[in-house]
Amino acid sequence: MKDFVIFRFKSKNRKTMGKVNAMLRRVYHLYADGFRQMTLGRVLWSVIIVKLIIIFGVLKLFFFPDFLSQHAEKGQEHEFVGQELIQRAP
Amino acid sequence: MDQDTLLQISQGTVDWSRAQFALTAIYHWLFVPLTLGLAVIMGIVETIYYRKRTEFWLSASQFWQRLFGVNFAMGVATGIILEFEVGTNWSNYSWFVGDIFGAPLAIEGIVAFFMESTFVAVMFFGWKKVSAGFHLASTWLTGLGATISAWWILVANSWMQNPVGCTFNPDTMRHEMTSFAEVALSPTAVNKFFHTVTSSWIIGAVFVVAVSAWYLLKNRHVRLARESMKIASVVGLVASLLAVYSGDRSGRSVAQTQPMKLAAMEALYEGGKSQCLTVVAWVAPLSKPNCMTADNPSPVVALPKMLSLMATRSVDGYVPGVRDIINGYTRPDGSVEPSVAEKMQRGKQAIASLAAYRQAKRTGNQAEAAAQLASLRENMPYFGYGYVTRPEQVVPNVPLNFWAFRVMVGMGLFFILFFAFVILQTFRWDISKHRWLLCLSLALVPLAYVASEAGWIVAEMGRQPWTIQDMLPTWAAVSNVESQSVALTFYLFLGLFTTLLVVELNILRKQIIQGPDSAE
Repeated sequence: MKDFVIFRFKSKNRKTMGKVNAMLRRVYHLYADGFRQMTLGRVLWSVIIVKLIIIFGVLKLFFFPDFLSQHAEKGQEHEFVGQELIQRAP
Repeated sequence: MDQDTLLQISQGTVDWSRAQFALTAIYHWLFVPLTLGLAVIMGIVETIYYRKRTEFWLSASQFWQRLFGVNFAMGVATGIILEFEVGTNWSNYSWFVGDIFGAPLAIEGIVAFFMESTFVAVMFFGWKKVSAGFHLASTWLTGLGATISAWWILVANSWMQNPVGCTFNPDTMRHEMTSFAEVALSPTAVNKFFHTVTSSWIIGAVFVVAVSAWYLLKNRHVRLARESMKIASVVGLVASLLAVYSGDRSGRSVAQTQPMKLAAMEALYEGGKSQCLTVVAWVAPLSKPNCMTADNPSPVVALPKMLSLMATRSVDGYVPGVRDIINGYTRPDGSVEPSVAEKMQRGKQAIASLAAYRQAKRTGNQAEAAAQLASLRENMPYFGYGYVTRPEQVVPNVPLNFWAFRVMVGMGLFFILFFAFVILQTFRWDISKHRWLLCLSLALVPLAYVASEAGWIVAEMGRQPWTIQDMLPTWAAVSNVESQSVALTFYLFLGLFTTLLVVELNILRKQIIQGPDSAE
């Protein structure tokens, strides 16, 4: 991967900004190289991604709707809950 | 719980919703304590590497971090499902707690995301990229981030056990935070945090001792096993002693804010002064005793006056039993704790005042609204009792709490002996000669988890029927959803969680079999 300039500065502080760019490049390479060289990490990331797809793409979407947003008008949730809690008292 | 108390809410909906939440929380809690515990041990191992700079300690650090990584990855997002369940199955509760959960959970999310994800990346990717000192700091900060995350979650949980620092707004039907410090630093939260974290360190220590014991049994990676066992057993012993201290403080806190939970933990139906702490007694685990007629179990072994000492810090202190709490009692300072019947009256008054207040606001009758608001404020501490029809409904499952408490404490005390013995064997003698001890170390992993989950059973089952102590019982908190749909997702989760657990255990097993890269 070629090095790149993250920010271009016109100010007089080119030296400082050069250091910032160098640091940001190092951070980028830390992640990029880290992900590239993963071995066990690939398996773990696969499990995490599958899990997140199941949790957000299946469970949340089809099985866990927000009850209040379905049963109460937006901004009127307090009316709905108020009625519920008052009516449920024996 | 009777059908008539639920009105249109079926018992099945309440029970399935509770079961589903319990299942998810128990599953989530398989990963959290190991994360917190392993974080400390891998931090210590890397600190030793930082000081000695040898290939052995580098390899040992990377090995324990790898196992930490597997557990960390498997635990990711398991807690989010709890939030889904709250939004779907516990919508009244979700709205009622209002902003109290917002701040702690937002902080938790930000801390978890930025602190953990940043330093986890440096920890795993940064071995040859950053200085040894920065890497060591990242490793400790990963653990600290996880621990701080746990703090905020436990703050939210503690507020449910002891709702402080808030006021109820009848216009929005939500609780509003009046003091962030009171919520974040309530004695319940502080005690719960320290007890939870120290018990998690025990889990981490047991895990490391067990993996090391397996290597010794197989005669593989012997040096790694011995050195790791030394570190883990010291961490385990320190954590066990701290857990006793923090547990004692938690017990005191429970006695003050949730006396019914303490009475259930001790199966104390009839309280009094100078109460003994039951060590061994027979309480039929599956029985459903009548709390109005049941006798205190006859202890086979008991510590005289210890329960009074634990609960009141006085050997002559008064500890109320289940019936005392139901019938009302006078505290040593002369103040009177109302009976449950009186609380029910005041709870009904609170709900009636709420209804009248809202009606008065709608019709623009300000004087009536002000009067009803004053009445609501006066009776709000007992709001939840307005949904109770029989005093027995506020008594949790006594046998379950009794046994769960004993499993937790019994195992906790056993771990002190275990770690002390392992320390002696590893530092003074040769532990590999004691195959029985190595086998016992392996067997203790599931038992440590049982003890840890038992602690949560005491904490959560002991406060039943309250989702928020004295404010909202489960049957008022639950959404009006079909019990079949909750049951369906319960089984869906059971299958999903079991699959994920098998996957995790399989990856962990492979990593343990593979061992460190070049630790010898």
